[in-house]
Amino acid sequence: MNTVAHSLTDSTTMLRRQFRRMLRYPSMTLMLVGMPVVFLLLFVYVFGGTLGNGIGGGSGGRGAYVDYVAPGIILMAMAAAAQGTAISVAMDMTEGIVDRFRTMAIWRPSVLTGHVIASVVQALLGIVVVIGVALAIGFRPDASVIEWLAAAGLVTGFALALTWLSVGLGLAAKTVESASNSPMILMLLPFFGSGFVPTDTMPTALRWFAEYQPFTPLTETLRGLLMGDRIGDSGVQAVAWCVGITVSGYVWSKYRFNRATTR
Amino acid sequence: MTEPAITVTGLRKAYGDKVVLDGIDLRVDRGTIFSLLGPNGAGKTTMVKILSTLIPADGGELRIAGHDPARDADAVRAAIGVTGQYSAVDNLLTGRENLALMGDLHHLGRAASRRRADELLERFDLVEAGRKPASTYSGGMRRRLDLAMTLVGNPAVIFLDEPTTGLDPRSRRTMWRTIRDLAAAGVTIFLTTQYLEEADQLADRIALLDDGRLIAEGTADELKRLIPGGHILLRFADPAAVSTAVHALADAALGEDGLSLRVPSDGGVRSMRDLFARLDDLSIDVAEMSVHTPDLDDVFLTLTGRRDKEPQR
Repeated sequence: MNTVAHSLTDSTTMLRRQFRRMLRYPSMTLMLVGMPVVFLLLFVYVFGGTLGNGIGGGSGGRGAYVDYVAPGIILMAMAAAAQGTAISVAMDMTEGIVDRFRTMAIWRPSVLTGHVIASVVQALLGIVVVIGVALAIGFRPDASVIEWLAAAGLVTGFALALTWLSVGLGLAAKTVESASNSPMILMLLPFFGSGFVPTDTMPTALRWFAEYQPFTPLTETLRGLLMGDRIGDSGVQAVAWCVGITVSGYVWSKYRFNRATTR
Repeated sequence: MTEPAITVTGLRKAYGDKVVLDGIDLRVDRGTIFSLLGPNGAGKTTMVKILSTLIPADGGELRIAGHDPARDADAVRAAIGVTGQYSAVDNLLTGRENLALMGDLHHLGRAASRRRADELLERFDLVEAGRKPASTYSGGMRRRLDLAMTLVGNPAVIFLDEPTTGLDPRSRRTMWRTIRDLAAAGVTIFLTTQYLEEADQLADRIALLDDGRLIAEGTADELKRLIPGGHILLRFADPAAVSTAVHALADAALGEDGLSLRVPSDGGVRSMRDLFARLDDLSIDVAEMSVHTPDLDDVFLTLTGRRDKEPQR
């Protein structure tokens, strides 16, 4: 029996299952998309006037801050989507259906690839909404078509990385509740980086952390592509983080999935 | 006779220091119903998980539908269907979508898998419910959908782990009928249960599992011969009555509270009338009495000799 031959059809079947589940349970998708939008509005309209002046560059103020914060919010939307992935994987694991899949002659990783592809699509949809709202409130990127494509590629790559990581978190979690808590740190990471304010305004220890965590080079690269800021070696670091997280997340998830049975 | 559907030789499984299955040997012929009977914690579910390729065995030889799960798990998976103890349905999908999902995973093709879904909804009386999400189903409906999903791929061997635990009596009877129909159609069924009656009703052969060992195996009739008849429990108001009764009834056993007696009995009207006639002759007042027909506890008391065995662990 060769189940690898069915890898594509089984993954498609599982992806269809995930899309259907998303439609049946839209409140999670809405929450995951809505939260970054709320943060965007909060930061632009509540803090933006003051923070924009501190950032300088151009006329400062709220207008400047929309341009500064939008890439950070985009990455935050991906972290939110990752949290959704961990929750839905953990939910799946607590239901008996996954044990049923395990006793069937299917390509086993399809259970996970279904989750991953659906989550990446969900994350990208969320990002489209965030960018749409940002544009509506004054976000003015100066990216060329090539730069937009590069940004889309980077965002997709990072979504893939965070999704595989959160599949692992979802599989490792003992309950759905803990699955929803563990990726919370991903939501906070943009704050401890260059997502909301430049790192050089931070105390030394925090700055050191900010410069070596994945969200900072990602933010810098995305900002560079969309706003024309200098990218420097952030680009290489960003791609390296994406590849590194994807590979380790995948290996870890596969290991946990083969090991665990339903709790 | 062709090769048996399931052959197990010297199966062992331990979690750390705890031995869960300790040298199990069994054989299930094709098209028969085999029931593994035992209390909670005896190792029934572990056994099903190993046979259905969910977890590996630590030792022993296994052959399921002609294949070795350790070497060719996918070949075993292609031949079996499993309905676990906990419902294995997707709660967010409708009944029909759940069945169609199974059809797709069996690579039946789109049209054929929709057709199979409708056929099974009809057969399990779920046509109406087929359009609703499984989360809205009652326990009995969910169990039926679960079994229907197991049948989508026409498995040759079906594992049912406590298929009627938690069902109301009517749903239980429906489930029994379905299981019998499947066996009549040539499917081999391996089911676990805690209910002696269930094994009695359904199984061609029954094995008793206790603490990871098979302590008896045979047809229902063969096993019943091992179990003594039921007993009558008599409770008395005063100790004097008890001691008189103990002398009068030779085969009675004194209860732990010192005020009750267990008298072996087949529970028939005649033997009960005789018993009370004797008690009346001696003017012994009985405060309370109850009739116990043989149950799983009796089987275990008899076969393990453990009086203090708790049925639920």
